[in-house]
Parts: sequence; C-alpha cells; structure tokens
Amino acid sequence: MNGMRTLGAKPWIWSFAAAVIVWVTTVWFTGGSSAVGLSQATLTFAAFSIIVGVGQMFVITLGPGNIDLSVPATMTLSGTVALKVMDVQDSMILVGLLLAIFVGIAIGMGNYALIKLLRIPPIIATLSMSFIVQSFAIWTNRGLRIKPPEMLSSFATSYTFGIPNVALIALLISVLAWVLLEKSVYGRRISAIGQSSFAARMAGIPIDGTRFVTYVLCSVLAALCGYLLASFSGGAALNMGAEYLLMSIAVVVIGGTAVAGGNSNVPGIWGASLFMFLVVSMLNTYGFGAGVRLILTGLIIIAVILAAGGRKALR
Amino acid sequence: MKLSSGAIRLVIPAVSLAVLLAAVFYMQPRAMSYTGLNLLFNLAVPIALATIAQMLIMSVNDLDLSMGTFVSFTACVTATFLQTSPAIGILILAGAIAAYAALGVIIHIRQLPSIVVTLGMSFVWGGLAVLLLPSPGGAAPGWVRWIMTAKPPVVPMAIVASVIIAAITHFLVMRSSLGVLIRGVGGNQRSVERAGWSVVGLRAAAYAMAGFFAVLAGIALVGLTTSADANIALRYTLLSIAGVILGGGEFVGGRVSPIGAVIGALTLTLAGSFLSFMRISPDWQIGAQGAILIVVLALRLFLNRLEKREKNP
Repeated sequence: MNGMRTLGAKPWIWSFAAAVIVWVTTVWFTGGSSAVGLSQATLTFAAFSIIVGVGQMFVITLGPGNIDLSVPATMTLSGTVALKVMDVQDSMILVGLLLAIFVGIAIGMGNYALIKLLRIPPIIATLSMSFIVQSFAIWTNRGLRIKPPEMLSSFATSYTFGIPNVALIALLISVLAWVLLEKSVYGRRISAIGQSSFAARMAGIPIDGTRFVTYVLCSVLAALCGYLLASFSGGAALNMGAEYLLMSIAVVVIGGTAVAGGNSNVPGIWGASLFMFLVVSMLNTYGFGAGVRLILTGLIIIAVILAAGGRKALR
Repeated sequence: MKLSSGAIRLVIPAVSLAVLLAAVFYMQPRAMSYTGLNLLFNLAVPIALATIAQMLIMSVNDLDLSMGTFVSFTACVTATFLQTSPAIGILILAGAIAAYAALGVIIHIRQLPSIVVTLGMSFVWGGLAVLLLPSPGGAAPGWVRWIMTAKPPVVPMAIVASVIIAAITHFLVMRSSLGVLIRGVGGNQRSVERAGWSVVGLRAAAYAMAGFFAVLAGIALVGLTTSADANIALRYTLLSIAGVILGGGEFVGGRVSPIGAVIGALTLTLAGSFLSFMRISPDWQIGAQGAILIVVLALRLFLNRLEKREKNP
C-alpha cells in the first residue's frame, strides 16, 4: 500500500500507466500480431511530439501565461527552408541542419523581443510571431515540394536495433533536457522563476536572461523537429506543424508538468506522447469513424486529467 | 475632463479601430456607404459574440481553447437540427450550454487547468461536429437568415448588432451584480468566497453565459454563410483570445471590458479587409495581420505608460 502511494505520488506514472493500458488493449484486440509494428510506429510518431513537447515544457515551467504558440509555424518554416537549401544533395545535410537551428534561434529571439520590449503576454506575442513566420514559410515554399536528401530521409525512416532513429534522437534530447533541468543552474533558475518570479528576482536570478534562453530553446527544438519531420515524411508541407500546437501543450500537461509553472517533468512527456499516439491507433484498430475517434480522444484526455488531477493549478 | 482608467483602457482599441477604418476609407472611398460598411463588418458579428464568450471565461482567470471547435459544432447544429426540427435543435444547444456550466464546475472542484480540459473538449466538439456534418452542407433556418440579412434604415445590420451586443454584455458584466461577482472571482477568489458567495455557482454561471454567447456566435455565423461544415470556425479560438486582449482585457485578475472586446473583434475583422484593399500578396496577408496585432499592442503599451505618468506625476 505504501509502495503504491509513493508510486502514485509521481505525476508521470499516470501517463505511463495509461499508455500501457491502451497498448495492451490494442495488441490484445489484434491477437498479439501487431505488437512489434505498433510499438515501432508509436515510438516514431511519439518522437516528434516529445521533441516539441520538451521545448514547450521549458516554456510552461516559467509560470502562468507562458506558452509558445509559434511552435507549428517554426516547424513549417525550418522544414521548408532546410529542404530548399539542401536541395536533395547529401553533402548539404549538415548545412540544412545548422540553418534549421538558426531559424529556431531567430524566431525565439523575435518572440522574446516582443514579450520583453512590448510587454505583450507571451500567448499573444508568440501568436503574432507565428503569423509572420507562417507568411515567410508560404513565401519560401511556393507550393513546391522538395524531397529531402536520400541519406537523411533513409536515416529518419530506418531503425537501429529495432528502435526508430527519430526515437533515439528524442531520447538523446530528453536526457539532455533532464540533465539541464535537474542538474544545471539554468534548470533550477527556470523552476525558481516558475514558482515565484518575485522571490526569484529577490534572490538575484537573472530573470530576463533565463526567460530569453528558454524561448530560444523552445524554438530551436521546434525547428529541429520540423527538420526531422520534413525529412521523415519526404517533404515539407505548409500545414505539417498544425497538429503539434495542441499536441505540444497536451503532452506536457498530461505528463504531469504543472500548468502553473515551477514544476516540470521530462519522463511524463514520454508517457503522454506514447499515450496520445496509442489512443489514436487503438481507435483506428477498432474501426471507429473520424467523429467518434475525436470524441473518444477528447474524453480520454479529460479522464486522464481527472484521474491525475487535484494538483495545484492556476488556470 | 478626467477620464477613468476604465475609459482610458477603451481609448486604445477605439483609436486603433478608427485609424484602421480611416485607412480603409482612404484607399477605397466606395466603402464609405451602407453596403460597404455592411460588407466590411458582416463577419464581425459572430467573431464579436465568440470574443464575448472567451472574455467571460477569461474573467474568471481561465482560458477556453475549445472556442473554435465549439462554435463550429453549434454552427453544424444550427444548419442541421435547428433547421429541420427546431425543438430538438434547441434541446441540443441547451445541452451544450449545460455542458459548459458542468465544465466550469468540474474545473473548479477538481482544481484542473482549464487549458487542458478545454483542449480535451475541443476534440469532443470537433468530433460531434464531424458526426453531424461529415461534409460541408446543411442550410440556415429562415429566421436566422432573416435576422442576419436584415437591412435596418441608415445604419447597416452589422453595426447595429455590434452595438446591441456591446450594450447588453456591458450591462451584464459591468453593471449587474452577477457580473461584478464573476469578475470578483477573477480578481480575488478567496475574498468572494469569504463574503459568503458560492464560487462554484459563479464559475458555473460564467461558463454557462460563455456557452450561451458561443451558441449565438454559431447561429449568427450560419446566418451569414447559409451552410456549415465541421471546420467552419476553427480560427475563432485564437481570434477570440486576440480580440479580448486587443480590447484591453487581461489574462488574469478579472480585468475585462465587453465594449473593448467587441471593438477588438471589429478591429480584427477590419484588419483582414484592410489587407485585401492594400493588394498585399496573399502570401503575406497572415503575416501582415500579425504585424497589425503587434502595432496595436505597442500603441497600448505607449498609452498605458501615459496613464501611469498621470497617476504618479
């Protein structure tokens, strides 16, 4: 009983438990034949939500009102620009990657400049920014669908020891994020700001610097995800980031990160991302139509929140 | 003359709307007519109603990320059930409003983050809308169409409707005791509770009223478009939030302004028309809308500073 309570106190346990339950029901329904395929597909698609989710988590940790809505536009722009520059040449892969990261840094800086200089609430600042970024993406894309370089696309779609490469990248990023969050001064600072920005200021924490780095970090991760997603799906599309707006917020919060900030959780993002994709594929397996699938997805999200609920929340 | 701080809050949205309108008239003098104004502001009516709904949620320090899908859902109900069998249609819409009230209660009792709960609900409303209208279709009920295309003398319907919406919600939110209490929950929940009011009830009321106005938004939208589809109003989520902020509202503290919210919605609608008059290439129209948002907010910062300087000379 005691052990149960300690385990239950870990906020990320809920999302993992939910993911496992959904996985088992789906595999059981198909008679066990889909176990490997389902796991691989889940890891692949969850990887993209994990990468953007980690970035969003850092931003949400900063406290109430901090959310980056420019994630989808950033993904689209970095994917488009990178593919255009690489122009199907294997030799340009690194240049494309650097360019994608540069796009991320530029958007992050722009976001924070708006928040700081115009004192706009982050939600509106990143929203306005995303409109501008989206326009840039439309202008760069011009309806052309450029293929990713052969080497890059085969890397993004293949497996190492049966694990999708994109999932390994997501794992690497998550481990780095965890170290950054739990073991570094920067991580302690963002938690401190999220818990009480006033107390953090009194303690001499450089609030502006920390928030600036956080918004840039989030945009860079979104850009990286856009680069990978475009390579994975064989080209950049203008709406490729769209579903990741709600997804990036949902995985962070279902994963047990406090919406009020100051308390974040990297493992939970994994549980939540796996869970979100598994729910969709479970409902697909059962052969539900699009409408029923959406309704059940929503009800399941709310059920998980209710089960894990009761945490201190501001919004 | 000394202006109250509430009035100063309204100055910025009103000025930006006036400037934008002047720019549109300058570029397209023919817009300065009954028909022109009606065309410019037609689509503003549903957006204004959705913005008011979002404002009610924001006045209790919450945020509704399902506004767009909910308005789409109510539009689908309007174009199907409300048109073919009005009794069932009204029942469904009443049920949807009750669902909103229930959300307010659940969010309060379980101390859940409203962002996530409404995020989940956005899937539910979207799914229901898809079930109702898998492909675009339906038809607007005659009376809805009649109201939305009515031609009152002198002033176009879109303007009349906006003024009526602003007046009614101003009375409801700023003058009635219920409105004051709801804003009080946003300002200081504990003191409202200690004064003996039921915070659960107030939240339920705020959510139910938001649901009601969002339902009106859906009905009004169908009256204009004559048919509906499941994705008809998805952008209303972000538009409604931007409208509230443009109108001088705040995310926390119960500081909202219904008149400002309606003006904010009008400004956002006009920004779209303004850009098409400017002959900006479609590639850049979304970006220019972002830029307009930024400029207006910069203006607001500037005026806020003026206000502060006046307070502590």
